[in-house]
Amino acid sequence: MNDEVRIIEIKKSVFEANEKDADALRDRLRKKGVFLLNLMSAPGSGKTTTLTRLINLMKNEYRIAVMDADIDSDVDARTIAETTGVQAIQLHTGGMCHLDAFMTAQGLDSIENIDDLDLIILENVGNLVCPAEFDTGASKNAMILSVPEGDDKPLKYPLMFQVCDLVIVNKIDVLPYFDFSMDKCVENVHYRNEKAEIIPVCARTGENIEEVAKWLKEQISSWKQQ
Amino acid sequence: MHELGIVFHVIRQVDEVAQQNEVREVRKVTLEIGEVSGVIPHYLEECWKWACLNKSRFMKECQLEIISLKASSFCQDCQKLYDTAANGKSCPYCHGTNTYLVSGNEVSIRNIEVV
Repeated sequence: MNDEVRIIEIKKSVFEANEKDADALRDRLRKKGVFLLNLMSAPGSGKTTTLTRLINLMKNEYRIAVMDADIDSDVDARTIAETTGVQAIQLHTGGMCHLDAFMTAQGLDSIENIDDLDLIILENVGNLVCPAEFDTGASKNAMILSVPEGDDKPLKYPLMFQVCDLVIVNKIDVLPYFDFSMDKCVENVHYRNEKAEIIPVCARTGENIEEVAKWLKEQISSWKQQ
Repeated sequence: MHELGIVFHVIRQVDEVAQQNEVREVRKVTLEIGEVSGVIPHYLEECWKWACLNKSRFMKECQLEIISLKASSFCQDCQKLYDTAANGKSCPYCHGTNTYLVSGNEVSIRNIEVV
């Protein structure tokens, strides 16, 4: 046995392997013609309610499936399947606070008839830090910021707002009860990411969800033309 | 706790390199962590031992060394470099925000020590 200690230089980003996986996944979905939206937010911001509303608006026109990622339980996947009728599968992250491209790819493997779909929505783990670090292989990233969380969140969680193409501001029905300024929120989001689009909604009542549907339809059709 | 996910990715890459180079074991991994990468070195160290023992083939008793890298940003308006950790996106000289991060975002594997 050779016991000589040697040094192997690597000099590679830790995220490099994940980025390769993510690009491979994007290629795979492109060939199938399936658009993948990665939806992120803090716990309790209304991801599941927003998704339910959105899917009910779009399901007649698009064939949709949902992948719900959580540390445990299947409550979100069941809620979505029961209230929208679309295929919803639950992914467990095994204690981890985010999904990476490898786990997303595994999730896709368990979706039935994936070739027949137009749109898959990934409901990421509720967390504003970790999911932003790992490219899932999605075509676009969106996040929900709810009014009670405060208009200063983009200042506190820079990366989340940098990676998102769309910021949905949810729970606008409670605006009168919180010190939340929509102008300040827009300013803070654009401070992190000039290109981010912002849509205020109320998922509970369904107010303005059609704007989110419109945005998503535009993204899907321009992605198909690329 | 994305540090655990990061450690899993380190293990995957290091195990791959170890296998390609036909090493017996990896004794030490040196990581470079930027000051504004969002990764907390202490949390990395917390889950390192457990993850190596349970999730790696070549790193069962592997040491971790972390080299911390300073963050700096460049202001395009006044053409100056400044300390990101103290000032964020706003230039301390002209207070403008036409700036970009030059370094400090790194989460990389520098090298590994093997036998």
